[in-house]
Amino acid sequence: MSMSIEEHDYIGLSEANMEKKASDITINKDLNLKATELRLGLPGSESPGRAAVNGVAIKNLVAGAKRGFSDTINGGSGKWVFANNGGSEVDSVKNGGLFCCSKVENKNSGSVKETAVLASPKPVLLENKSQVSANSNLQASSPASKQQVIGWPPIRSFRKNTMAVNQTKNEQDTDPKLRSGCLYVKVSMDGAPYLRKVDLEVYSSYLDLSTALEKMFSCFTIGQYGSHGAPTREGLSESRLMDLLHGSEYVLTYEDKDGDWMLVGDVPWDMFIGSCKRMRIMKSSDAIGLAPRAMEKCRNRT
Amino acid sequence: MAYSFPEEVLEHVFSFLSSEKDRNAVSLVCKSWYEMERWCRRRIFVGNCYAVNPKIMIRRFPEVKSVELKGKPHFADFNLVPEGWGGYAYPWIVEIARGYPWLEEIRLKRMVVTDESLELISKSFKNFKVLVLSSCEGFSTDGLAAIAANCRNLRVLELRECEVEDLSGHWLSHFPDSFTSLESLNMGCLNSEVSFSALERLVARSPNLKTLRLNRAVPLEKLPTLLQLAPQLVELGTGSYSAEIRSDLCSSLLEAFSRCKNLKGLSGFWDVVPAYLPAFYSMCPRLTFLNLSYATTQSPDLTKIVSQCHNLQRLWVLDYIEDTGLNALSMSCKDLQELRVFPSDPFVADANVLLTEQGLVSVSEGCPKLQSVLYFCRQFSNSALTTIAKNRPNLTTFRLCILEPRAPDYLTFEPLDSGFGSIVQHCKNLRRLSLSGLLTDRVFQHIGTHAKKLDMLSIAFAGDSDLGLHYVLSGCESLRKLEIRDCPFGDKALLANADKLETMRSLWMSSCAVSFGACKVLGQKMPGLNVEVIDERENLDSIPHNSPVEKLYIYRTVAGERFDMPHFVRTMGKDNRRFK
Repeated sequence: MSMSIEEHDYIGLSEANMEKKASDITINKDLNLKATELRLGLPGSESPGRAAVNGVAIKNLVAGAKRGFSDTINGGSGKWVFANNGGSEVDSVKNGGLFCCSKVENKNSGSVKETAVLASPKPVLLENKSQVSANSNLQASSPASKQQVIGWPPIRSFRKNTMAVNQTKNEQDTDPKLRSGCLYVKVSMDGAPYLRKVDLEVYSSYLDLSTALEKMFSCFTIGQYGSHGAPTREGLSESRLMDLLHGSEYVLTYEDKDGDWMLVGDVPWDMFIGSCKRMRIMKSSDAIGLAPRAMEKCRNRT
Repeated sequence: MAYSFPEEVLEHVFSFLSSEKDRNAVSLVCKSWYEMERWCRRRIFVGNCYAVNPKIMIRRFPEVKSVELKGKPHFADFNLVPEGWGGYAYPWIVEIARGYPWLEEIRLKRMVVTDESLELISKSFKNFKVLVLSSCEGFSTDGLAAIAANCRNLRVLELRECEVEDLSGHWLSHFPDSFTSLESLNMGCLNSEVSFSALERLVARSPNLKTLRLNRAVPLEKLPTLLQLAPQLVELGTGSYSAEIRSDLCSSLLEAFSRCKNLKGLSGFWDVVPAYLPAFYSMCPRLTFLNLSYATTQSPDLTKIVSQCHNLQRLWVLDYIEDTGLNALSMSCKDLQELRVFPSDPFVADANVLLTEQGLVSVSEGCPKLQSVLYFCRQFSNSALTTIAKNRPNLTTFRLCILEPRAPDYLTFEPLDSGFGSIVQHCKNLRRLSLSGLLTDRVFQHIGTHAKKLDMLSIAFAGDSDLGLHYVLSGCESLRKLEIRDCPFGDKALLANADKLETMRSLWMSSCAVSFGACKVLGQKMPGLNVEVIDERENLDSIPHNSPVEKLYIYRTVAGERFDMPHFVRTMGKDNRRFK
């Protein structure tokens, strides 16, 4: 049977849009370097070209439904290579900072099997402690951490979050590779009719997170949302999208463990995900008093 | 001459019928029985809140005292259903408030419940007694404060694994001093600290309190005080089970526990400090339910505990118990009916504990009454599954989760088809089954052939082709709930078995191969079904019809399509939908 399954990532992008998104990401990176204020992107962003593929980044790669964004393609010590249905996806993977897993036509059985990161005809990943999978081209530098598939294993959020607290309490080192694997926080946006949940553990940097959030909430900022309609993007050029998101309209804030609302990006990434309880994308005009730096930057831009 | 029973007599007879099925059957006998039955039905259970309209319900059953509703599909528990999908309680509460002013009980599962809803509940029902919210979200402790303040006759307030916005712990203080009817309080899922003195006073003035489940914020030091005030407790959920090791706390805990002669169920045990475990050893022989699934206790301590629980019927535990602990369980707990073993570290590739299929095999051998199993582990084999099936043909629930998707039999490297085949063949009363591991269409052939009583089936990363789905839909006569993720099942099986879907409560398929076109056809052909496509991709309208949908939720309904959907959910095949 024909398998023209359209691939899409965790956030819900289809590969048909990948090239466009890839160039979005490129623009993002440039903006990040210069103007790091008052966009969903963040002041303290790491430099976009990550040198090495590390264990944490691998957690973003999923054979299955859950994916994350990553910009690890550039000059990394490993290249993500996917056998997949079309060549175009591979191209965009090389060009931009996006990748996602594709389902692979298994030549033997003619049915679709997922890329052999987790499972392969050869069983027992347990035996190969230092390899994720014999068939995979990925380099797993962390033997302990596992790829995450969304919603798998089927454990309720309450239990996962409880276990997460257990682990952070017990472990001396906050080695991100040994995280429990899931940290869902709610993200609300002023004006949006419902909030979203994101798993912070999927992302390895502020850049990842901000990119993902932009994609998630772009349908709201376009402002054509109605209760029965769907957002329409006709006539909305890429540059206008950029203006909306990267202009001074919105800031990304979070509530920390102490209940204080802070601007995202001020603290190192690991510290952030350890203390972030939830996030809110608020209009910059509401962010007065949140952090002096935000207003200062606002003034600098204009 | 025809005589018939007076109505009062028949009503009295009907009052003994509690099962929904029986009542539904009775109502079909004749018009007068239908009328009598509908006036005396007191409990309603709605398994899918979108399957029926509350107005219809109220019109038919005017004198209901208890309503139970379920909202989101089961896979919402694992974050597969995006936020905003639906399942709102408010519209139901509004109608129920109007139609059933004497309502006493509301039970909601996987629904979005707002503070507004809770306030409305608290003010609308003069004799309100029972509120149970399981896996619900959308409300804050303010809503709880309204319930506490206004429900004068409240007996049961249970929050089971809800996501509550914890604004403050003061909600508990809203129970008035005159409030003494509390029988059950479960606040285990709340994060914030409640005022301990308010809690103390509440417990002290609740002589009928039988169930108390504390949250993690209640420290161990306070537990003896509470137990002294409520020695009549039958079920206790501790708070945090950790404190500095002090002999005075040890002894007061010991004393307090020993006073609770009626205690049959224990849970909680967050942050366990092993030194305090012996405090409840004296109670072990009386325990019928023990939930240690949050306790990071190691195998030796766990083994010691279960070895003393000779009357244990239900055990929930982490895989720290290991095969040795389960072996001890199998020897000591001959009354065991339900076992759930959860993974302590599911995201680590290597096994961190010595828990294998052997543990479950031992329990299946030693515990003759074992009916219900939920087991997470890292390896399994066909031979183990077959042994379990032969040992325990009385199994009714078998949920096996091998952590690695598509993991084969670790001994033979074959698919686990024959093992699960044995399960459905031997366990003729199996009602619920969850599959995992490497599985081909074969296993579905076995299931379709043998699992005639199967009510709920969960499938992930399994099968080769549409044939697999076809076997299940065409063979499983009793199937009501089917949930599938990441399987290569497509249009053919679904369309060929469209009629079957109307006999089921719901079908969930995500990351499969069902196309938009097929969904539309199905929605058009089956007016009794809502075929919901849940797809968060952009430019949905430009995706070709033969492309697969992200997620699909099909359910039967007499309420027609719903109109409270977010933009990423569309009901396919209905006339006024945008996406034609």
